[in-house]
Amino acid sequence: MAVRTDLVPDGAAQRPSAADRLLGPHRGNERMRAVVDVVMRLVSLAAAIVVIVPLVAIVGYVLVKGLPTLTLEFLTHASGNTESPGALNAILGSLQMVPVALLIGGSLGLLAGIYLAEYAGPRMAAGGTFLVDVLLGVPSILAGVLVYATLVTYWTGSSAIAGSVALAVVMFPIVIRASEEVLRLVPGSIREASLALGIARWRTVVSVVVPVARAGLLTGIMLAFARGFGETAPLLFTARGSESLNVGDFSSPMAALPLFVYQNSRLPDRTFVAQAWSAAIVLLAIVLAINVIVRGRSVGSRVE
Amino acid sequence: MTTDEQRSVAPAQAPTAEAAAGGTGAASPKIEVRDLDVYYGAFRAVKGVTMAVRPRSVTAVIGPSGCGKSTFLRTLNRMHELAPKARVEGTVLLDGANVYDPAVDPVRLRRYVGMVFQRPNPFPTMSIYDNVVAGIRLAGRSSRSELDGIVERSLRRAALWNEVKDKLREPGTSLSGGQQQRLCIARAIAVDPEVVLMDEPASALDPVATLRIEELIAELRTNYTIVIVTHNMQQAGRVSDETAFFTMDEDRAGYLVEFGPTREIFTNPREQLTEDYVSGRFG
Ligand SMILES: Nc1ncnc2c1ncn2[C@@H]1O[C@H](COP(=O)(O)OP(=O)(O)OP(=O)(O)O)[C@@H](O)[C@H]1O
Ligand SMILES: [Mg+2]
Repeated sequence: MAVRTDLVPDGAAQRPSAADRLLGPHRGNERMRAVVDVVMRLVSLAAAIVVIVPLVAIVGYVLVKGLPTLTLEFLTHASGNTESPGALNAILGSLQMVPVALLIGGSLGLLAGIYLAEYAGPRMAAGGTFLVDVLLGVPSILAGVLVYATLVTYWTGSSAIAGSVALAVVMFPIVIRASEEVLRLVPGSIREASLALGIARWRTVVSVVVPVARAGLLTGIMLAFARGFGETAPLLFTARGSESLNVGDFSSPMAALPLFVYQNSRLPDRTFVAQAWSAAIVLLAIVLAINVIVRGRSVGSRVE
Repeated sequence: MTTDEQRSVAPAQAPTAEAAAGGTGAASPKIEVRDLDVYYGAFRAVKGVTMAVRPRSVTAVIGPSGCGKSTFLRTLNRMHELAPKARVEGTVLLDGANVYDPAVDPVRLRRYVGMVFQRPNPFPTMSIYDNVVAGIRLAGRSSRSELDGIVERSLRRAALWNEVKDKLREPGTSLSGGQQQRLCIARAIAVDPEVVLMDEPASALDPVATLRIEELIAELRTNYTIVIVTHNMQQAGRVSDETAFFTMDEDRAGYLVEFGPTREIFTNPREQLTEDYVSGRFG
């Protein structure tokens, strides 16, 4: 029978003291571990810098190029104004078309997400999730083409509503994916508790499950919202853009900020090009504001 | 098969018990199970159960892990059918009415047959108050003026009132585990069910909290019919009037070995299997 010498009193005397073991010379693998640690830290720091630098550069460049022409007139005149053209029509256009798109794409996406997470059988859910993956991968210009080939050609012509629908097509899968995922995170025991109280299925979903997932659902919707503000391609053949102010007439073409950036940047006049940069600043500010609001909100609701 | 004729240890019923609504004659069982087979897809988890639960009594369901106790319990309020490919054969009668009759709405059934789960599961977004009245509000029988009274009565019955009466607006999840479980019991009895099913309601709790739950069950017995699954033999002995012992056969199908007054199951069982299990000689 082999006796572990390090457990018997005699054996203990021969072993190095605790201080020696902790402070004595490193063994090979310990030195190696320290080296790997440092290397790993440097590599990830470098990666972070590689990502952050272009981000800061873009924002800085846009500010430098666009701030000089970001005047009060720019914010208060339509682009058709011959004396001092601005981007008010584009700003108001985005602020109209994107919320309408969110109303369509967000509500449909939320309902579809609820269906996939709460009602669909395993096979339906897998099929639906696959379709959503495909939709997420579809280039956004195809959303514009789809709406052009249907709504624009046969019914509305170039119009703000067509633009909203095209944006909604882009938002729809984003909202489904986000809501499906956060709803799946709600523990089944919560649903069981509700159903066992004699609460109907739909009521369980609406009043018990959705409130638990509220912060996540909101984040998904806001993500889609921000995405809608930034999309150019779906609007090219649908809302098309407009030189004059359009407030509330969804059956006519309408301007939008990303469209303004795209269209102005191709004009020969230098001030027009500079205004494209100014519009980019406004766009950035709106998207940033949405993100800040969402973050503030979701943090707040966790605290409450 | 065992029936409910052995009444030697039947404890005294509360004097008001018979007068309360929903009660049937002392002789007729509250729940009667006949030839019950329960499936998950092709797998038969429970087979051939026949037993009767007396009104305003506590019936304990004991047996080794995986023998289908939870599965059996969940067939009594049709929670079983929420599992994918779940299926039930046989009859479960509540006051003589088959709960598996196609005309029976399971949502409605569950208002009469409530349930308390192993892990406390208060609604995380709701206050203590809202948790208690959730069933009343969301099952569409809201009568706003009565809610305050219902909250106090339910929390008192669940032996929680004194601990939470000053913080009814705080989230239900802010309570300790034992308090949360009593909150769940309050929530279950707030809708005024006739039967309360409990699936190991104290197994996630410490001995003191467990004792409180057991005292609570003893009190609830005067108003409700209780069926409780427990792994704790002493607990079954302490709280129940009758005990059902389940075990499983070679193909893992659970079945009822013996059903009778708790004292007899523990001191003088008729089956060798039961004796082995209650004396701790089981596998
Ligand atoms: N949702 C399910 N799908 C398929 N099989 C299941 C499901 N739930 C339980 N089972 C199976 O049914 C059998 C009985 O399970 P059940 O949970 O009823 O046992 P139990 O007696 O409650 O066990 P425990 O004492 O460990 O809680 C087990 O073999 C289990 O694997
Ligand atoms: Mg169980």
